[in-house]
Amino acid sequence: MIPANFDYLRVDSVEGALNALQEHGDEAKLIAGGHSLLPLMKFRLSAPAYLVDINRLDDLKYVREENSHLVIGALTRHSDIETNPLIKENAGLLASATHHVGDPQVRHRGTIGGAIAHGDPASDIPSALLALNATVVVTGPEGAREIPIDDFFVGFLETDLKDDEMLTQIKVPCVPDAKWSFQKFNRRAQDWAIVGASILVNNGQSGISLVNMHSTPFRASAVEEAIASGANAVEASEQAAIGTEPTSDINASVEYRKHLARVLVKRGLEEAGL
Amino acid sequence: MEPRTLLVQYIRESAGLTGTNIGCDTSSCGACTVHLNGESVKSCTVLAAQVDGMEITTIEGLAQADGTLHPMQQAFHECHALQCGYCTPGMVMACASLVEENQNLTENEVREGLEGNLCRCTGYHNIVKAVLEVSGA
Ligand SMILES: Cc1cc2nc3c(=O)[nH]c(=O)nc-3n(C[C@H](O)[C@H](O)[C@H](O)COP(=O)(O)OP(=O)(O)OC[C@H]3O[C@@H](n4cnc5c(N)ncnc54)[C@H](O)[C@@H]3O)c2cc1C
Ligand code: FES
Ligand code: FES
Repeated sequence: MIPANFDYLRVDSVEGALNALQEHGDEAKLIAGGHSLLPLMKFRLSAPAYLVDINRLDDLKYVREENSHLVIGALTRHSDIETNPLIKENAGLLASATHHVGDPQVRHRGTIGGAIAHGDPASDIPSALLALNATVVVTGPEGAREIPIDDFFVGFLETDLKDDEMLTQIKVPCVPDAKWSFQKFNRRAQDWAIVGASILVNNGQSGISLVNMHSTPFRASAVEEAIASGANAVEASEQAAIGTEPTSDINASVEYRKHLARVLVKRGLEEAGL
Repeated sequence: MEPRTLLVQYIRESAGLTGTNIGCDTSSCGACTVHLNGESVKSCTVLAAQVDGMEITTIEGLAQADGTLHPMQQAFHECHALQCGYCTPGMVMACASLVEENQNLTENEVREGLEGNLCRCTGYHNIVKAVLEVSGA
Protein backbone atom coordinates (compact mmCIF):
# COMPACT_ATOMS: atom_id res chain seq x y z
CA MET A 1 0.00 0.00 0.00
CA ILE A 2 1.46 3.31 -1.09
CA PRO A 3 0.16 6.74 -0.01
CA ALA A 4 -1.27 9.16 -2.57
CA ASN A 5 1.33 11.57 -3.94
CA PHE A 6 2.33 14.65 -1.98
CA ASP A 7 5.07 17.27 -1.87
CA TYR A 8 7.62 16.61 0.86
CA LEU A 9 8.99 19.59 2.79
CA ARG A 10 11.64 19.14 5.47
CA VAL A 11 11.97 21.94 8.02
CA ASP A 12 14.64 22.48 10.64
CA SER A 13 12.97 24.96 12.99
CA VAL A 14 9.62 25.69 14.59
CA GLU A 15 9.53 28.87 12.54
CA GLY A 16 10.07 26.90 9.34
CA ALA A 17 7.23 24.54 10.26
CA LEU A 18 4.88 27.43 11.07
CA ASN A 19 5.73 29.17 7.78
CA ALA A 20 4.95 26.01 5.83
CA LEU A 21 1.64 25.61 7.67
CA GLN A 22 0.75 29.23 7.03
CA GLU A 23 1.59 28.98 3.35
CA HIS A 24 -0.30 25.76 2.62
CA GLY A 25 -3.16 25.94 5.14
CA ASP A 26 -5.23 22.81 5.57
CA GLU A 27 -3.53 21.18 2.55
CA ALA A 28 -0.46 20.59 4.74
CA LYS A 29 0.13 18.07 7.52
CA LEU A 30 3.05 17.86 9.91
CA ILE A 31 4.69 14.47 10.13
CA ALA A 32 6.48 13.49 13.36
CA GLY A 33 6.99 9.74 13.97
CA GLY A 34 4.47 9.05 11.21
CA HIS A 35 3.14 6.02 13.07
CA SER A 36 -0.42 7.29 13.11
CA LEU A 37 -0.32 9.45 9.97
CA LEU A 38 1.44 7.08 7.53
CA PRO A 39 -0.95 4.16 8.17
CA LEU A 40 -3.87 6.56 7.49
CA MET A 41 -2.18 7.78 4.30
CA LYS A 42 -1.43 4.22 3.14
CA PHE A 43 -5.11 3.35 3.53
CA ARG A 44 -5.86 6.64 1.67
CA LEU A 45 -7.95 7.83 4.60
CA SER A 46 -5.74 10.90 4.62
CA ALA A 47 -4.16 12.49 1.54
CA PRO A 48 -2.42 15.77 2.40
CA ALA A 49 -0.97 17.69 -0.57
CA TYR A 50 2.06 18.74 1.51
CA LEU A 51 3.86 16.76 4.17
CA VAL A 52 5.98 18.89 6.49
CA ASP A 53 8.63 16.72 8.17
CA ILE A 54 9.51 17.97 11.67
CA ASN A 55 11.70 14.98 12.66
CA ARG A 56 14.92 16.99 12.48
CA LEU A 57 13.82 19.59 15.05
CA ASP A 58 16.34 18.27 17.56
CA ASP A 59 15.70 21.18 19.93
CA LEU A 60 12.18 19.78 20.50
CA LYS A 61 13.64 16.50 21.85
CA TYR A 62 14.24 16.95 25.58
CA VAL A 63 13.05 16.19 29.11
CA ARG A 64 13.89 18.75 31.81
CA GLU A 65 12.76 19.62 35.32
CA GLU A 66 11.70 23.26 35.85
CA ASN A 67 9.76 24.72 38.81
CA SER A 68 8.45 21.35 40.04
CA HIS A 69 7.30 20.46 36.53
CA LEU A 70 8.69 18.13 33.93
CA VAL A 71 8.86 19.91 30.58
CA ILE A 72 8.97 17.58 27.61
CA GLY A 73 9.68 18.53 24.00
CA ALA A 74 6.98 17.50 21.52
CA LEU A 75 9.41 15.49 19.37
CA THR A 76 10.62 13.28 22.25
CA ARG A 77 10.20 9.67 21.18
CA HIS A 78 8.27 7.11 23.22
CA SER A 79 11.43 5.01 23.76
CA ASP A 80 13.20 8.02 25.30
CA ILE A 81 10.25 8.75 27.61
CA GLU A 82 9.71 5.22 28.92
CA THR A 83 13.39 4.98 29.95
CA ASN A 84 13.97 8.56 31.18
CA PRO A 85 15.02 8.63 34.88
CA LEU A 86 13.39 12.04 35.55
CA ILE A 87 10.07 10.82 34.19
CA LYS A 88 10.27 7.48 35.99
CA GLU A 89 10.89 9.28 39.27
CA ASN A 90 8.44 12.19 38.96
CA ALA A 91 5.70 10.88 36.68
CA GLY A 92 6.02 7.10 36.70
CA LEU A 93 2.49 6.78 35.30
CA LEU A 94 3.58 8.45 32.05
CA ALA A 95 6.61 6.16 31.70
CA SER A 96 4.41 3.11 32.28
CA ALA A 97 1.65 4.16 29.85
CA THR A 98 4.28 4.93 27.22
CA HIS A 99 5.88 1.52 27.74
CA HIS A 100 2.48 -0.03 26.92
CA VAL A 101 2.36 1.63 23.46
CA GLY A 102 2.70 -0.78 20.53
CA ASP A 103 6.10 -2.47 20.42
CA PRO A 104 9.77 -1.39 20.60
CA GLN A 105 9.91 -0.51 16.89
CA VAL A 106 6.81 1.71 17.19
CA ARG A 107 8.24 3.34 20.32
CA HIS A 108 11.52 4.09 18.53
CA ARG A 109 9.58 6.30 16.08
CA GLY A 110 6.40 7.60 17.72
CA THR A 111 6.55 10.94 19.55
CA ILE A 112 4.64 12.29 22.54
CA GLY A 113 3.55 15.33 20.53
CA GLY A 114 2.17 13.17 17.73
CA ALA A 115 0.34 10.93 20.18
CA ILE A 116 -1.46 13.94 21.68
CA ALA A 117 -1.99 15.94 18.48
CA HIS A 118 -3.64 12.92 16.85
CA GLY A 119 -6.38 13.09 19.51
CA ASP A 120 -7.10 9.37 19.48
CA PRO A 121 -9.32 8.23 22.38
CA ALA A 122 -7.73 4.76 22.07
CA SER A 123 -4.24 6.10 22.71
CA ASP A 124 -2.57 5.31 26.04
CA ILE A 125 -0.57 8.52 26.41
CA PRO A 126 -3.35 11.16 26.57
CA SER A 127 -4.95 9.18 29.37
CA ALA A 128 -1.80 9.31 31.51
CA LEU A 129 -1.50 13.05 30.83
CA LEU A 130 -5.11 13.64 31.91
CA ALA A 131 -4.54 11.82 35.20
CA LEU A 132 -1.34 13.83 35.72
CA ASN A 133 -3.08 17.17 34.97
CA ALA A 134 -0.63 18.08 32.22
CA THR A 135 -0.60 21.29 30.19
CA VAL A 136 -0.07 21.38 26.42
CA VAL A 137 1.98 24.22 24.92
CA VAL A 138 1.21 25.07 21.28
CA THR A 139 3.00 27.64 19.15
CA GLY A 140 1.44 29.64 16.31
CA PRO A 141 2.09 32.81 14.33
CA GLU A 142 1.24 34.92 17.41
CA GLY A 143 3.49 32.99 19.77
CA ALA A 144 2.86 30.27 22.34
CA ARG A 145 -0.29 29.52 24.32
CA GLU A 146 -0.90 26.99 27.09
CA ILE A 147 -3.91 24.68 27.07
CA PRO A 148 -4.94 22.59 30.09
CA ILE A 149 -5.09 18.98 28.88
CA ASP A 150 -8.81 18.82 29.79
CA ASP A 151 -9.57 21.49 27.15
CA PHE A 152 -7.28 20.08 24.46
CA PHE A 153 -9.36 17.14 23.19
CA VAL A 154 -12.56 18.43 21.61
CA GLY A 155 -13.91 15.50 19.54
CA PHE A 156 -13.02 12.22 17.83
CA LEU A 157 -9.49 12.78 16.41
CA GLU A 158 -10.11 16.48 16.96
CA THR A 159 -8.10 18.81 19.15
CA ASP A 160 -7.93 22.50 19.96
CA LEU A 161 -4.88 22.86 17.64
CA LYS A 162 -5.47 25.34 14.81
CA ASP A 163 -4.30 24.66 11.24
CA ASP A 164 -1.44 27.15 11.64
CA GLU A 165 -0.25 25.94 15.06
CA MET A 166 2.06 23.19 16.21
CA LEU A 167 2.41 21.43 19.52
CA THR A 168 5.80 22.23 21.00
CA GLN A 169 5.88 21.20 24.66
CA ILE A 170 4.09 19.23 27.37
CA LYS A 171 4.27 20.28 31.04
CA VAL A 172 3.65 17.70 33.73
CA PRO A 173 3.55 18.52 37.46
CA CYS A 174 6.13 16.43 39.36
CA VAL A 175 4.47 13.96 41.74
CA PRO A 176 7.33 11.81 43.06
CA ASP A 177 5.26 10.62 46.05
CA ALA A 178 2.07 9.75 44.17
CA LYS A 179 0.87 6.15 43.93
CA TRP A 180 -0.19 5.17 40.42
CA SER A 181 -1.19 2.34 38.15
CA PHE A 182 -1.64 1.97 34.39
CA GLN A 183 -4.09 -0.75 33.39
CA LYS A 184 -4.49 -1.93 29.79
CA PHE A 185 -6.76 -4.71 28.62
CA ASN A 186 -6.08 -6.26 25.21
CA ARG A 187 -5.95 -9.72 23.70
CA ARG A 188 -2.55 -9.69 22.00
CA ALA A 189 0.64 -8.19 23.41
CA GLN A 190 1.16 -5.43 20.85
CA ASP A 191 -2.49 -4.40 20.45
CA TRP A 192 -4.20 -1.15 21.26
CA ALA A 193 -6.27 -1.11 24.46
CA ILE A 194 -9.79 -2.50 24.27
CA VAL A 195 -10.13 -0.43 27.43
CA GLY A 196 -7.40 1.14 29.57
CA ALA A 197 -7.23 3.17 32.78
CA SER A 198 -4.76 5.62 34.27
CA ILE A 199 -4.87 5.90 38.05
CA LEU A 200 -3.01 8.46 40.15
CA VAL A 201 -3.54 8.92 43.88
CA ASN A 202 -1.68 11.65 45.75
CA ASN A 203 -2.54 12.86 49.29
CA GLY A 204 -6.27 12.19 48.95
CA GLN A 205 -6.34 13.85 45.52
CA SER A 206 -6.77 11.59 42.52
CA GLY A 207 -6.52 11.68 38.74
CA ILE A 208 -8.47 8.93 37.00
CA SER A 209 -8.92 8.60 33.24
CA LEU A 210 -9.97 6.02 30.69
CA VAL A 211 -8.70 4.83 27.31
CA ASN A 212 -11.14 4.01 24.50
CA MET A 213 -14.31 4.71 26.49
CA HIS A 214 -15.50 7.90 24.75
CA SER A 215 -15.08 9.96 21.58
CA THR A 216 -12.16 11.70 23.35
CA PRO A 217 -9.67 10.64 26.03
CA PHE A 218 -11.93 10.63 29.10
CA ARG A 219 -11.56 11.90 32.67
CA ALA A 220 -13.57 9.70 35.05
CA SER A 221 -14.72 12.63 37.24
CA ALA A 222 -17.30 10.53 39.08
CA VAL A 223 -14.53 8.26 40.40
CA GLU A 224 -12.39 11.23 41.39
CA GLU A 225 -15.32 12.76 43.30
CA ALA A 226 -16.08 9.46 45.05
CA ILE A 227 -12.45 9.20 46.21
CA ALA A 228 -12.49 12.83 47.40
CA SER A 229 -15.50 12.00 49.60
CA GLY A 230 -13.80 8.99 51.12
CA ALA A 231 -14.92 6.03 48.99
CA ASN A 232 -12.75 2.91 48.94
CA ALA A 233 -11.53 1.20 45.75
CA VAL A 234 -14.61 -0.98 45.32
CA GLU A 235 -17.09 1.86 45.89
CA ALA A 236 -15.20 4.37 43.74
CA SER A 237 -14.70 1.97 40.82
CA GLU A 238 -18.45 1.41 40.58
CA GLN A 239 -18.65 4.98 39.22
CA ALA A 240 -16.11 4.32 36.43
CA ALA A 241 -18.50 4.07 33.47
CA ILE A 242 -20.57 7.12 34.42
CA GLY A 243 -20.64 9.65 31.58
CA THR A 244 -18.77 7.41 29.12
CA GLU A 245 -20.05 6.71 25.59
CA PRO A 246 -17.91 3.84 24.31
CA THR A 247 -18.42 2.24 20.91
CA SER A 248 -19.25 -1.36 20.17
CA ASP A 249 -16.90 -3.18 17.79
CA ILE A 250 -15.43 -6.60 16.98
CA ASN A 251 -13.50 -6.58 20.28
CA ALA A 252 -16.19 -5.59 22.75
CA SER A 253 -19.78 -4.44 23.16
CA VAL A 254 -20.70 -1.21 24.92
CA GLU A 255 -21.74 -3.11 28.04
CA TYR A 256 -18.54 -5.17 28.11
CA ARG A 257 -16.43 -2.01 27.77
CA LYS A 258 -18.27 -0.45 30.72
CA HIS A 259 -17.66 -3.61 32.73
CA LEU A 260 -13.96 -3.51 31.81
CA ALA A 261 -13.73 0.15 32.87
CA ARG A 262 -15.06 -0.70 36.34
CA VAL A 263 -12.80 -3.73 36.71
CA LEU A 264 -9.66 -1.94 35.51
CA VAL A 265 -10.28 1.10 37.72
CA LYS A 266 -10.77 -1.18 40.72
CA ARG A 267 -7.55 -3.08 39.98
CA GLY A 268 -5.70 0.18 39.45
CA LEU A 269 -6.98 1.77 42.64
CA GLU A 270 -6.03 -1.31 44.63
CA GLU A 271 -2.59 -1.33 43.06
CA ALA A 272 -2.26 2.35 43.99
CA GLY A 273 -3.00 1.40 47.58
CA LEU A 274 -6.51 2.86 47.95
CA MET B 1 12.43 9.00 -6.18
CA GLU B 2 8.84 9.95 -5.40
CA PRO B 3 8.35 11.45 -1.91
CA ARG B 4 5.79 8.75 -1.16
CA THR B 5 8.36 5.95 -1.56
CA LEU B 6 8.41 3.82 1.58
CA LEU B 7 11.77 2.92 3.09
CA VAL B 8 11.12 -0.79 2.58
CA GLN B 9 10.32 -0.18 -1.09
CA TYR B 10 13.53 1.79 -1.51
CA ILE B 11 15.57 -0.94 0.18
CA ARG B 12 14.09 -3.75 -1.91
CA GLU B 13 13.47 -2.10 -5.26
CA SER B 14 16.06 0.68 -5.57
CA ALA B 15 18.92 -0.69 -3.48
CA GLY B 16 18.12 -4.24 -4.61
CA LEU B 17 18.51 -5.65 -1.10
CA THR B 18 15.73 -8.21 -0.86
CA GLY B 19 16.69 -9.67 2.52
CA THR B 20 14.22 -7.31 4.18
CA ASN B 21 10.75 -8.82 3.74
CA ILE B 22 7.28 -7.31 3.58
CA GLY B 23 4.65 -9.20 5.57
CA CYS B 24 1.61 -7.23 6.65
CA ASP B 25 2.50 -3.82 5.17
CA THR B 26 0.61 -2.28 8.12
CA SER B 27 3.32 -2.06 10.82
CA SER B 28 2.06 -5.13 12.68
CA CYS B 29 4.27 -8.11 11.79
CA GLY B 30 7.85 -6.84 12.05
CA ALA B 31 9.09 -8.65 8.90
CA CYS B 32 10.39 -5.34 7.51
CA THR B 33 12.42 -4.38 10.63
CA VAL B 34 15.73 -2.62 9.92
CA HIS B 35 18.00 -0.42 12.04
CA LEU B 36 17.76 3.35 11.67
CA ASN B 37 20.79 4.95 13.34
CA GLY B 38 21.15 1.69 15.29
CA GLU B 39 17.52 1.35 16.48
CA SER B 40 14.91 -1.10 15.21
CA VAL B 41 12.11 0.42 13.11
CA LYS B 42 9.47 -0.96 10.77
CA SER B 43 10.53 0.16 7.30
CA CYS B 44 6.99 -0.17 5.89
CA THR B 45 6.01 2.79 8.08
CA VAL B 46 8.89 5.19 7.37
CA LEU B 47 9.30 7.29 4.22
CA ALA B 48 12.61 6.87 2.40
CA ALA B 49 12.84 10.68 2.14
CA GLN B 50 12.69 11.01 5.93
CA VAL B 51 15.93 9.08 6.47
CA ASP B 52 18.05 10.92 3.90
CA GLY B 53 21.62 11.02 5.27
CA MET B 54 20.94 8.60 8.14
CA GLU B 55 22.47 5.18 8.67
CA ILE B 56 20.30 2.21 7.72
CA THR B 57 21.41 -1.36 8.47
CA THR B 58 19.55 -4.25 6.88
CA ILE B 59 20.08 -7.97 7.50
CA GLU B 60 22.64 -7.94 4.67
CA GLY B 61 24.85 -5.58 6.68
CA LEU B 62 24.79 -7.39 10.01
CA ALA B 63 27.55 -9.95 9.44
CA GLN B 64 31.16 -8.78 9.16
CA ALA B 65 32.74 -8.24 5.75
CA ASP B 66 34.63 -11.55 6.00
CA GLY B 67 31.36 -13.40 6.53
CA THR B 68 31.65 -13.84 10.32
CA LEU B 69 28.07 -13.88 11.56
CA HIS B 70 26.72 -11.31 14.02
CA PRO B 71 26.31 -12.97 17.46
CA MET B 72 22.53 -12.88 17.04
CA GLN B 73 22.72 -14.64 13.66
CA GLN B 74 25.07 -17.22 15.18
CA ALA B 75 22.67 -17.79 18.09
CA PHE B 76 19.69 -18.20 15.73
CA HIS B 77 21.75 -20.79 13.85
CA GLU B 78 22.78 -22.68 16.97
CA CYS B 79 19.39 -22.57 18.71
CA HIS B 80 17.44 -23.51 15.58
CA ALA B 81 15.45 -20.28 15.91
CA LEU B 82 13.95 -20.43 12.41
CA GLN B 83 11.97 -22.74 10.22
CA CYS B 84 10.63 -21.24 6.97
CA GLY B 85 12.75 -18.13 7.51
CA TYR B 86 10.23 -15.54 6.38
CA CYS B 87 10.16 -13.63 9.68
CA THR B 88 13.87 -14.19 10.31
CA PRO B 89 15.53 -11.08 8.84
CA GLY B 90 13.14 -8.78 10.73
CA MET B 91 13.29 -10.98 13.82
CA VAL B 92 17.11 -10.95 13.92
CA MET B 93 17.19 -7.16 13.47
CA ALA B 94 14.61 -6.66 16.25
CA CYS B 95 16.48 -9.05 18.58
CA ALA B 96 19.84 -7.38 17.92
CA SER B 97 18.37 -3.96 18.76
CA LEU B 98 16.68 -5.33 21.90
CA VAL B 99 19.95 -6.74 23.22
CA GLU B 100 21.84 -3.59 22.26
CA GLU B 101 19.49 -1.59 24.53
CA ASN B 102 19.16 -4.04 27.45
CA GLN B 103 21.67 -6.43 28.95
CA ASN B 104 20.78 -9.45 31.10
CA LEU B 105 17.21 -9.71 29.86
CA THR B 106 14.78 -12.07 31.58
CA GLU B 107 12.75 -14.52 29.50
CA ASN B 108 9.68 -12.40 30.10
CA GLU B 109 11.43 -9.24 28.95
CA VAL B 110 12.54 -11.01 25.77
CA ARG B 111 9.01 -12.18 24.99
CA GLU B 112 7.66 -8.70 25.65
CA GLY B 113 10.46 -7.10 23.65
CA LEU B 114 9.52 -9.18 20.63
CA GLU B 115 5.82 -8.25 20.72
CA GLY B 116 6.19 -6.44 17.39
CA ASN B 117 7.42 -9.49 15.46
CA LEU B 118 5.22 -12.37 14.38
CA CYS B 119 6.48 -15.86 13.56
CA ARG B 120 4.09 -18.46 12.20
CA CYS B 121 6.46 -21.43 12.45
CA THR B 122 8.63 -21.66 15.53
CA GLY B 123 6.28 -20.97 18.43
CA TYR B 124 8.94 -18.42 19.48
CA HIS B 125 10.56 -20.78 21.96
CA ASN B 126 13.91 -21.13 20.19
CA ILE B 127 13.94 -17.46 19.22
CA VAL B 128 13.68 -16.54 22.90
CA LYS B 129 16.46 -19.04 23.65
CA ALA B 130 18.72 -17.42 21.06
CA VAL B 131 18.17 -13.94 22.48
CA LEU B 132 18.81 -15.13 26.05
CA GLU B 133 22.04 -16.73 24.83
CA VAL B 134 23.30 -13.42 23.43
CA SER B 135 22.03 -11.21 26.25
CA GLY B 136 24.25 -13.08 28.68
CA ALA B 137 21.47 -14.43 30.92
C1 LIG C 1 1.56 -0.94 15.02
C2 LIG C 1 1.24 0.25 15.88
C3 LIG C 1 0.77 0.05 17.17
C4 LIG C 1 0.46 1.13 17.99
N1 LIG C 1 0.00 0.87 19.25
C5 LIG C 1 -0.31 1.90 20.06
C6 LIG C 1 -0.79 1.64 21.38
O1 LIG C 1 -0.91 0.49 21.82
N2 LIG C 1 -1.11 2.70 22.16
C7 LIG C 1 -0.95 3.98 21.71
O2 LIG C 1 -1.24 4.90 22.47
N3 LIG C 1 -0.49 4.25 20.48
C8 LIG C 1 -0.18 3.24 19.64
N4 LIG C 1 0.30 3.51 18.38
C9 LIG C 1 0.40 4.92 17.93
C10 LIG C 1 1.77 5.49 18.22
O3 LIG C 1 1.86 5.81 19.59
C11 LIG C 1 1.98 6.75 17.40
O4 LIG C 1 3.34 6.92 17.28
C12 LIG C 1 1.41 8.05 17.96
O5 LIG C 1 0.05 7.94 18.20
C13 LIG C 1 1.55 9.18 16.98
O6 LIG C 1 2.80 9.74 17.13
P1 LIG C 1 3.67 10.06 15.86
O7 LIG C 1 4.81 10.86 16.32
O8 LIG C 1 3.94 8.82 15.12
O9 LIG C 1 2.68 11.04 15.03
P2 LIG C 1 2.40 11.20 13.48
O10 LIG C 1 1.83 9.96 12.92
O11 LIG C 1 3.59 11.77 12.81
O12 LIG C 1 1.29 12.34 13.55
C14 LIG C 1 -0.01 12.09 14.05
C15 LIG C 1 -0.86 13.35 13.89
O13 LIG C 1 -0.39 14.38 14.75
C16 LIG C 1 0.04 15.51 14.01
N5 LIG C 1 1.27 16.00 14.67
C17 LIG C 1 2.36 15.26 14.97
N6 LIG C 1 3.25 16.00 15.67
C18 LIG C 1 2.69 17.23 15.81
C19 LIG C 1 3.09 18.43 16.47
N7 LIG C 1 4.27 18.53 17.12
N8 LIG C 1 2.26 19.49 16.42
C20 LIG C 1 1.07 19.42 15.78
N9 LIG C 1 0.62 18.31 15.16
C21 LIG C 1 1.43 17.23 15.18
C22 LIG C 1 0.25 15.03 12.58
O14 LIG C 1 0.03 16.07 11.65
C23 LIG C 1 -0.80 13.95 12.48
O15 LIG C 1 -2.04 14.49 12.21
C24 LIG C 1 0.63 2.46 17.52
C25 LIG C 1 1.08 2.67 16.23
C26 LIG C 1 1.40 1.60 15.40
C27 LIG C 1 1.89 1.85 14.01
S1 FES D 1 5.61 -5.39 6.75
FE1 FES D 1 6.23 -3.81 8.09
S2 FES D 1 5.49 -4.52 9.99
FE2 FES D 1 4.69 -6.02 8.63
S1 FES E 1 10.30 -19.08 10.77
FE1 FES E 1 8.55 -19.11 9.49
S2 FES E 1 7.55 -17.30 10.10
FE2 FES E 1 9.12 -17.41 11.53
